[in-house]
Amino acid sequence: MAFEGLADRLQNTIQKIKGKGKVTEQDVKEMTREVRLALLEADVNFKVVKDFIKKVKERAVGQEVMESLTPGQQVIKVVKEELTSLMGEDESKIAVADKPPTVIMMVGLQGAGKTTTTGKLANLLRKKYNRNPLLVAADVYRPAAVDQLETLGKQLDIPVHQEGTQANPVDIANRAMEKAKEEHLDYVIVDTAGRLHVDEDLMNELSQIKENVQPDETFLVVDSMTGQDAVNVAESFNDQLDISGVILTKLDGDTRGGAALSIKAVTEKPIKFAGMGEKLDELEVFHPERMASRILGM
Amino acid sequence: ARYRSVDEDFFEDLEEILIAADVGVSTVMDLIDELKMEVKRRNIKDTNEVKQVISEKLVEIYHGEEDEEVAELNLQEDDVTVVLFVGVNGVGKTTTIGKLAHQLQEDGKKVLLAAGDTFRAGAIEQLNEWGNRVGVDTIKHSEGSDPSAVIYDGIQAARSRKADVLLCDTAGRLQNKVNLMNELSKVKRVIEREVPNGPHEVLLVLDATTGQNALSQAKTFADATDVSGIALTKLDGTAKGGIVLAIRNELGIPVKYVGLGERVEDLQTFDPQAFVYGLFADMMDEE
Ligand SMILES: Nc1nc2c(ncn2[C@@H]2O[C@H](COP(=O)(O)OP(=O)(O)OP(=O)(O)O)[C@@H](O)[C@H]2O)c(=O)[nH]1
Ligand SMILES: Nc1nc2c(ncn2[C@@H]2O[C@H](COP(=O)(O)OP(=O)(O)OP(=O)(O)O)[C@@H](O)[C@H]2O)c(=O)[nH]1
Ligand SMILES: [K+]
Ligand SMILES: [Mg+2]
Ligand SMILES: [Mg+2]
Repeated sequence: MAFEGLADRLQNTIQKIKGKGKVTEQDVKEMTREVRLALLEADVNFKVVKDFIKKVKERAVGQEVMESLTPGQQVIKVVKEELTSLMGEDESKIAVADKPPTVIMMVGLQGAGKTTTTGKLANLLRKKYNRNPLLVAADVYRPAAVDQLETLGKQLDIPVHQEGTQANPVDIANRAMEKAKEEHLDYVIVDTAGRLHVDEDLMNELSQIKENVQPDETFLVVDSMTGQDAVNVAESFNDQLDISGVILTKLDGDTRGGAALSIKAVTEKPIKFAGMGEKLDELEVFHPERMASRILGM
Repeated sequence: ARYRSVDEDFFEDLEEILIAADVGVSTVMDLIDELKMEVKRRNIKDTNEVKQVISEKLVEIYHGEEDEEVAELNLQEDDVTVVLFVGVNGVGKTTTIGKLAHQLQEDGKKVLLAAGDTFRAGAIEQLNEWGNRVGVDTIKHSEGSDPSAVIYDGIQAARSRKADVLLCDTAGRLQNKVNLMNELSKVKRVIEREVPNGPHEVLLVLDATTGQNALSQAKTFADATDVSGIALTKLDGTAKGGIVLAIRNELGIPVKYVGLGERVEDLQTFDPQAFVYGLFADMMDEE
């Protein structure tokens, strides 16, 4: 069951090369084949894997690997470098609007972790940046979604704007903006209902909210256990909402998290934070290099 | 037709489409090898004919040795039937309970819910609201209390109110959290102690959007709670949930229900044939 990491996967080929003392193109082919399998087992999307392998192969048939005394390690190095650069720089900054309040909108599939992350972000903004956020309960569909956000607000002692479940999410968001201005709250975080990327009506609702509140950040919240479908989800949300960044949740689990690579590759938007638990202080800065190692199982 | 013949290109596309459905690369490669042999053996040239063989082989992977039909729900005749819901965070446990409660009620059963998620903000209210929506009562304690105690009370209440079925919600937990998995085992032991042969079902809820990690989820939850079946949720999206093939094949756990949306009526019993066809239908429908 335990998936083999890339290093283990490359062992056989490396042994063979040692016997011959020379790297052939066939060896490189075998090694990239193992890289492909490792990435697919880590849930990286197959199209993303394809492009990635092409890049690795180009570099691997070069001198760097072919003439190296430690070709296996050299391949791993190439793969890690390419992965890390694909995943981008450390990017943990949250936008600040010229004129407050700064608005953050949380979007994503059902159950990804939007509401919890809304609480976490508010907590971070207050603790680390000394800000005063307002949480907005714009999910009027999921049973007790409003209660959930209210409870988080109470736990954090951070105000929540809610209008029950009869009001329209666009109106709720608009009135929250007014309230934030009146009460001089400098951040507004809008928690929206989970929805499928193919649900036209609900995706339009998000566009409308976005048009109205003009967010400075639109975070796509993605479950790190997501499989091959991550590309479809990320692409759709990005096409329709032009997201500004991604927050990856549930990284405290044992998933390889290949979805991270898929999302980054199709949206080219930075992954900014990682959810590391259910508690409200368990949000971390996202580290591309650590993620690369994790995906490769090393 | 997009594919004139069953050639290398055809198999390459099939491999990709099955990997894209989260079937898992090793399962897919084994399958493609077998398919190639079968196609040769039966001398199949036509892509329409091969469709049948793919379905057969996929169902074979799903069923493995056993081919008997799996009963929907192990309902008891003369005692309360206790169903325990388990799974990682956000997969759809609470929602599935609401939908199943509705179905059981429609079948004339008296249903009771137990709010065993005492941890997540708003979890008790959420289950309670589902109960109100479908017209069944919810046994609940306050947030932060011991989940085992809630389930214990649920069982007593089910007995005294002569309920037919008790559906027990639990907090979502990632399978690598040892303490939380132990807590779940304890909940199960309470049910075992209080109800002969209980729990009668332990349903693991899996999100169809999940990739290969679902296999690890199934294994660990099965170790902790002896899972009897799977509810595969969120199949109304574009994810296919192909990992349940490997789960059935390697661990023998059958899928019992599929979730197809957020409304009360969006729960169906699992149909293996239809499911496996769905895994590669996109490829065939393009013809
Ligand atoms: N272990 C862990 N659990 C998390 C994390 N983030 C969220 N969760 C849990 O995931 C589940 C779903 O989180 P929610 O915040 O309700 O997700 P959501 O996206 O708001 O869900 P909907 O509003 O229904 O679409 C809850 O059980 C959370 O406690 C994380 O980083 N780690
Ligand atoms: N589209 C779709 N959404 C679903 C389905 N089942 C559940 N959901 C949604 O997924 C989200 C999470 O569902 P919950 O029932 O709260 O999941 P849970 O497993 O109880 O979550 P935790 O208790 O936080 O671990 C909610 O927004 C549900 O409405 C389904 O079959 N299809
Ligand atoms: K999820
Ligand atoms: Mg929410
Ligand atoms: Mg729940």
